Amino acid sequence: MALAFDEYGRPFIIIKEQEQKTRLRGLDAQKANISAGRSVARILRTSLGPKGMDKMLSSPDGDVTITNDGATILEQMDVDNQIAKLMVELSRSQDYEIGDGTTGVVVMAGSLLEQAEKLLERGIHPIRIAEGYELASRIAVEHLERIAHKFEFGENNIESLVQTCMTTLSSKIVNRCKRQLAEISVKAVLAVADLERKDVNLDLIKVDGKVGGKLEDTELIYGIVVDKDMSHPQMPKQIQDANIAILTCPFEPPKPKTKHKVDIDTVEKFEALRRQEHQYFDDMVQQCKDVGATLVICQWGFDDEANHLLMHRNLPAVRWVGGVELELIAIATGGRIVPRFQELTAEKLGKAGLVREKSFGTTKDRMLYIEHCANSRAVTVFIRGGNKMMIEETKRSIHDALCVARNLIRNNSIVYGGGSAEIACSIAVEAAADRYPGVEQYAIRAFADALDAIPMALAENSGLQPIETLSAVKSQQIKIPTRVMQENNPHCGIDCNDVGTTDMREQNVFETLIGKQQQVLLATQVVKMILKIDDVISAAEF
Amino acid sequence: IYVLSDFLRGQHLFSHLFSSRVSALSFRSTPLRFYLFLVKAELIGWQHIDFGFEWRCTSISHFGMAIERILKDDASEEKGERARMASFVGAMAIADLVKTTLGPKGMDKILQSTGRGQTVTVTNDGATILKSLHIDNPAAKVLVELDISKVQDDEVGDGTTSVVVLAGELLREAEKLVASKIHPMTIIAGFRMAAECAREALLKKVVDNKANEEKFKTDLMKIAKTTLSSKILSQDKEHFAKLAVDAVLRLKGSTNLESIQIIKKPGGSLKDSFLDEGFILDKKIGIGQPKRIENANILVANTAMDTDKVKIYGARVRVDSMAKVADIEAAEKQKMREKVDKILAHGINCFVNRQLIYNFPEELFANAGVLAIEHADFDGIERLALVTGGEIASTFDNPESVKLGHCKLIEEIMIGEDKLIKFSGVEMGQACTVVLRGASHHVLDEAERSLHDALCVLSQTVNDSRVLFGGGWPEMVMAKAVDELARTTPGKRSHAIEAFSRALVAIPTTIADNAGLDSAELVARLRAEHNKEDSNAGIDVISGSVGNMSELGISEAFKVKQAVLLSATEAAEMILRVDEIITCAPRRREDRM
Repeated sequence: MALAFDEYGRPFIIIKEQEQKTRLRGLDAQKANISAGRSVARILRTSLGPKGMDKMLSSPDGDVTITNDGATILEQMDVDNQIAKLMVELSRSQDYEIGDGTTGVVVMAGSLLEQAEKLLERGIHPIRIAEGYELASRIAVEHLERIAHKFEFGENNIESLVQTCMTTLSSKIVNRCKRQLAEISVKAVLAVADLERKDVNLDLIKVDGKVGGKLEDTELIYGIVVDKDMSHPQMPKQIQDANIAILTCPFEPPKPKTKHKVDIDTVEKFEALRRQEHQYFDDMVQQCKDVGATLVICQWGFDDEANHLLMHRNLPAVRWVGGVELELIAIATGGRIVPRFQELTAEKLGKAGLVREKSFGTTKDRMLYIEHCANSRAVTVFIRGGNKMMIEETKRSIHDALCVARNLIRNNSIVYGGGSAEIACSIAVEAAADRYPGVEQYAIRAFADALDAIPMALAENSGLQPIETLSAVKSQQIKIPTRVMQENNPHCGIDCNDVGTTDMREQNVFETLIGKQQQVLLATQVVKMILKIDDVISAAEF
Repeated sequence: IYVLSDFLRGQHLFSHLFSSRVSALSFRSTPLRFYLFLVKAELIGWQHIDFGFEWRCTSISHFGMAIERILKDDASEEKGERARMASFVGAMAIADLVKTTLGPKGMDKILQSTGRGQTVTVTNDGATILKSLHIDNPAAKVLVELDISKVQDDEVGDGTTSVVVLAGELLREAEKLVASKIHPMTIIAGFRMAAECAREALLKKVVDNKANEEKFKTDLMKIAKTTLSSKILSQDKEHFAKLAVDAVLRLKGSTNLESIQIIKKPGGSLKDSFLDEGFILDKKIGIGQPKRIENANILVANTAMDTDKVKIYGARVRVDSMAKVADIEAAEKQKMREKVDKILAHGINCFVNRQLIYNFPEELFANAGVLAIEHADFDGIERLALVTGGEIASTFDNPESVKLGHCKLIEEIMIGEDKLIKFSGVEMGQACTVVLRGASHHVLDEAERSLHDALCVLSQTVNDSRVLFGGGWPEMVMAKAVDELARTTPGKRSHAIEAFSRALVAIPTTIADNAGLDSAELVARLRAEHNKEDSNAGIDVISGSVGNMSELGISEAFKVKQAVLLSATEAAEMILRVDEIITCAPRRREDRM
């Protein structure tokens, strides 16, 4: 500490302007950091699992978000502390890489820190702890590989995928219709998946929502939904076999970038200009018509006159379509985005089997559906719900489910959920610990204890006796030898839903192997990083 | 002390006040001492201990020196019981606020806006009240958002107050259960079961008269009357119910309320309001133009009829002599004249434009004996195009292919002191206009809201013709079914289910209370009645007793009741699930510079 006391207990100053600086060193620094990390983990702990609670977040502008998704909570929490920010990053990177398990990874890191603190108090050097954790995490990842199951699915056999997505969704507020949402997610992912390359481009899945209707009305559309309507209220609302011209130029008189003036000084010029202007609109519409377009989608606005001409020539049009949506439409329909009318050719048109405008509710909410596209690999998940909050939360949940489905397509190994994988790893790490000579042994054991935190939190959140339940399940895992695994039975987990069995195979609770492995690795990495910090000097804020 | 004041940054006064006491504590204070310190602070009467502070102290207590603030300075965090309490209290406050507006004898609220003009609204409509509130409590916000959500207001239209009151009651019951150490998740599970059971119970009792047109119409009348009876229109509910039913039946099953136009004109009394099957445009006819046209051909247009500028960018007029100005002016006039000629070539006798029509073209139209209406707003144009079957035109080169609108008669009518244009005998039979008359703007606004509610409910009922009785009857039916479920459900959930039934009964209780009746007595009698088979008993507010709802003709739409039940359960669930509230620091305004 930069503050010392004389024999009468009065403080005297060592560092200049110490009032404005805070400095923590050595063990204190580590402990402070650990406590910060743990505080973050503590916030998320109660959100874990199917019976986890939600958090209500009030943003700086007063908007309220209610969510259960770890990454979202941390992102919106307005965190100030640097170490806490690391934890936020941790959850975010899990979100980017895997998309699911964002809460679990933070809880695990928190419990690793907690164990580390105990070891620090016993005088073990932080680097040794970090090394021990590293060893242990390797053991755990290997063990996960060993207990994982390959898991077959195909175009028609999606049941197993749906089950896994349901596990993810069951902890969210949408669990009322998790089955339906899981099916939607799986179908969406399969529609865009490249099964040979085992890759999925999630950009092709657009998740869109509109307030109104029920959650049950959520649907998967093999095509694109655009929140726009036809530019003229009397244009046809439905177009079969549309040839779509995708334009980024407005139906307006040209606006050269250079400054210029067109001077009108005679009547002839006035007349000429008038005719030219008229001709201009006519040409634009004619050009679209000539190449055979039956629908115009434009990034910009239309002049009233052009609008009517379009309508008149029976050429439906949509205006003010955003850039991202325009790209998606171009991908889906196989069209090219055309920046100038002159460059419009028949090959550059996109094709779609059906374009229709659909209206909702008693008010005039309309959306444009572009379906049966030439390239069917773009899909939209269209969410309906009672209010904006619900839709946002559903979007997040669907995102998680989509990620899980994608991970399964990338690597079809799964481990069982409900904390069973953590317990199995904990047992394996514990057993392995004794083989290591040196101080690391303690760290490895601590790692095993830390792994128990997740099933423990699950049990706690489900209203069970955490210690009793955990020890019961643990003994069950060791006791019952199965034919598949010679040694242990890694399918026993916490019975969160009070179904009556601890066998996660029967409860159909799965998680992806890569997700779990990533959790262990990321959490260990961050903890290592935090442990290595031994001096924190921060300038005063004011 | 230095360290402490560091912890207590923001509570300078605090550390200052207690500095002497604090110095008594050792530097590495133990948690116990810190709590002592807190207790002392409270004893001295410093009741408002900021959360942030307490929270920081907890982290001190765990780790001695290690003090970490995770959140930004002004951000706060409430956890567990405390968070739950904050949300319960917020939600219940909202419920209590609108509670008194429930039922036929509910009271109105005056809302004064803080904006300029401080406009005043007098209303009984739950959605309107909630929309106008500035709410800080996040849980209350959830309730309001959920309630004024599109579903309840746009798609069902009515029952906003009931949702809030029911959700508030559910939370009130949940609070008691939480206090007796039942896990919120168990309560939610119970609520869900109960809601499902209540829905089933209602489904069993619905009456569907779709097949019998005569009966169906009386059903609609009853529903309209029930909806309107709690509003300002209750005096003339007969009249307005008929008006609403007629308007909705014209829609022939479509739920698009856009084709029903509501025009408000102050003056006269509410009774003078009427339904007109034509289309009324709140505009004046140009001077010197015919005031009455039979068999009108209408061209609906969106085009500039003022100066019709050259649209090519950067064009401007630059001349060097007065003569040339005159020439160009003449050319401009000529251009306009040509345009008008082109328009006239369509063979029309009525021209409606969205934009202004200047005097010159107006005169030209008048000469040709064409009725020209300028500045019809966007909605008016679209609606007019819809009802007359014409297209909205902006260019006029091909008169043969432009679709014109038609109607039998256009005439100028007087309502009060205002002149309006009425298009009657239009092609589309769905459109109609309701003209509301009333003493003041407040009355008219409220009347419009009430009518809108009634129209929404009716249009939904036309599609889903299942009907229930009103007056607290459905709540009692549900409560009875839920009670039975509670008795047969083992485990802790049964407490939650029982609580659900108590919350349901709170609605008839509130209706009775608002009417100034002895609610305890009435609800008890109602319960007794409902224990008989097939009872139609509900609260008869007028006579102040338990009455037969089928005889009194009080009905409600099943869809509304179902939406109320489900939305309220959903809202309560959402709030119950929360165990932590994190409030971010308010965004700082850039006022320091």
